[in-house]
Amino acid sequence: MKKDLDPNRLGDNEEEIYRENIIDHFKNPRNYGEIVEAEIKHSELNSVCGDMIQLFVKLKEGKVEDVKFKGNGCAISMAATSMMTEILKKKTLNEIKNLNEEDIFEILGIKLSVVRMKCGLLCLNTLMKGLEQMEDKNGIKN
Amino acid sequence: MKNHMLDIGKIRKDFSILNKRINGKQLVYLDNGATSLTPESVIGSMNEYYGSYNANVHRSIHYIGEKATKEYEDAHKKIANFINADFEEVVFTKGTTESLNALAYSLMRNLSEGDEIVLSEMEHHSNLVPWQQLAKDKKAKVRYIRINKDFELDVEHAKEIINKKTKIVSVTHVSNVLGTINPIKKIGDLAKEVGAIFIVDSAQGIPHLPIDVKEIDCDFLCFSGHKMLGPTGIGVLYGKKKMLEKLNPFLFGGEMIREVSFEDSKWNDLPWKFEAGTPNIAGGIGLGAAVDYLRGIGMEKIKEYEEYLTAYAFKRLNEAGVKVYCARNSDKRSGILTFKVDRMHAHDVAALLDRDGIAIRAGHMCAMPLVNKILKENALCRASLYFYNTPEDIDALINGIKKAKEVFQTA
Repeated sequence: MKKDLDPNRLGDNEEEIYRENIIDHFKNPRNYGEIVEAEIKHSELNSVCGDMIQLFVKLKEGKVEDVKFKGNGCAISMAATSMMTEILKKKTLNEIKNLNEEDIFEILGIKLSVVRMKCGLLCLNTLMKGLEQMEDKNGIKN
Repeated sequence: MKNHMLDIGKIRKDFSILNKRINGKQLVYLDNGATSLTPESVIGSMNEYYGSYNANVHRSIHYIGEKATKEYEDAHKKIANFINADFEEVVFTKGTTESLNALAYSLMRNLSEGDEIVLSEMEHHSNLVPWQQLAKDKKAKVRYIRINKDFELDVEHAKEIINKKTKIVSVTHVSNVLGTINPIKKIGDLAKEVGAIFIVDSAQGIPHLPIDVKEIDCDFLCFSGHKMLGPTGIGVLYGKKKMLEKLNPFLFGGEMIREVSFEDSKWNDLPWKFEAGTPNIAGGIGLGAAVDYLRGIGMEKIKEYEEYLTAYAFKRLNEAGVKVYCARNSDKRSGILTFKVDRMHAHDVAALLDRDGIAIRAGHMCAMPLVNKILKENALCRASLYFYNTPEDIDALINGIKKAKEVFQTA
C-alpha cells in the first residue's frame, strides 16, 4: 500500500515524484531548442497522454558534440528528457547506445508507477529509435 | 444526505466501491465518461448467473439452459423497452466500438467511389476511424460537420455538406470531450432528406438522457453497457427492423444460423442473426440489471440532477481559474467537464488529484483530431459526472486543483 503523501511537503523522499528538481527541469528545461544539422533527429509520441519529444543529437568524431530537444508533455517526461540531455554530452556513440532504463531512473532519482513509466522513458525511446534510424540510413547493421 | 431531487446518500450505498479508500482518501470518482461504477444489483445478477444457472443459451434442453435463455432474452427486452425499440431491433455486441465497426463493415457494399460519409469534428475515434478506413478502401470521401465557437455542431454547415452524394451520416449524440448534447433529430432529418443512412453514437448519451429511438428516428444507434452501470464487454447495436433485415451479418458461425448446407446458409431471426457464437451471457444479464436500476431511479430525474450538478461544477471550475472546454449553452451541456490548468500538463494534474483519491481522465480522450486540431491542445483534463456524484465531489476536485497548482507553484 502506497503511503499517503502530502504533495505540499516536497522532500527527498523517493516516492515523491514532484520533487523540486523535477519541477525545476519542467519549468526550465535544459538544452531546449533545435539543431538544424544533427545526425540524430527523431520525434516520438506517447499516444496515451499526448507527450511529444523531438530530439536532436550532433555527433563529432564518434562523440556527442551537442544535444537539444523540443517537446510538450508532463513534468516527468519533460524533466527526464532535460536531465538525459545533460548526461549525453561528450559521451561516445557506444556509451549512448548502452544507456538503459536504469540510467534514466537514476538521473530522475524517483520511483515511477507503471503508468508513469512511459512518461519517464519516452526520452530514452526517442534516443534509441533515433539511433536506429541513423544507423539504418548509414547502412550500418548491428 | 438528501440532495435535490434524488436521495444520493441512499443511492451511494448501492455502490460499494464508493467506500474504498484510495491513497488513504475516500474515492472521489469523476471518470464516468471512461466507465461508470457498478451497483450491487448488477454484480449480483451476474454472480447469480454463474452461481446458479451457468449454461449456454438457445441450445440446451435442460432447466438451467432454459433459465439462461430466458434471462438473456429478457435482457434484450429490457433494453428494447428502455429505448422504445422492438425486441428484434436490439443486438448485443461488445460495445459501441464493435457496433460502429460492424456497421462500417456491413455497409461497405452500400458504398461506391465518390460517395460521401458525413461525421462531425467532435467524434470519438471509434466513430471516425472505421469510416475513414472504409472510405479509403472504397475511394469514398469523409466530410466533417464543423464545430462553432460555442462548441456546438454548426447545423448550417451540416446543411451544406449533407447532399445527394451522402450515403451515411454518423454523429455522436453527446461529445465525450465537450459534453455537447447534439441536435441529432435535426441532423437525422437532413440525412433523411437525401436518403442517407443515419447512425447515432450514443455512448455518452444513453447513460444520462431519456432516449426514444422512434422519436430520434435514427436507422442505427450504438452504445456501451459499461458507461451505464453495466459490465464491460457488452453493448448494443440498435437498428430499425427493416434496416437490420437488409443488413448482412458481420460475424458468421453458430447461433446466427437457421440452416446450413455445404453450398449455402440461411440466417437466424433478428436479433440472433447478428449474435454469432456463444454470447456474453452474464454481461447481457448484467446490462439488463443496469437498465432495471436506471429505470428504478428514472432517467428524467437523473437528467435533472445531473444538470444541477453540472451547472455547479461549471461554475466552480470557472471560479478556480482553469480554462473550461464545454458547450457554452447550459441546455446543451451534459456532465462532461474538460479543462486545462495553466502551465501544467494534464497528466500531472491527474496524478496530483489521485493523491487525494480523486479520479479524473487526462489525455486526448480518444478524440485526437478534436483535441489537437480544433482545440489546439495536446492533452486535457476531464472530470465526468454521474448521478451518484455530489457537490462535495466537485468541492474536492476544486481543492485538489488548488493543491496541484501549489505543487507547481503556479497558483
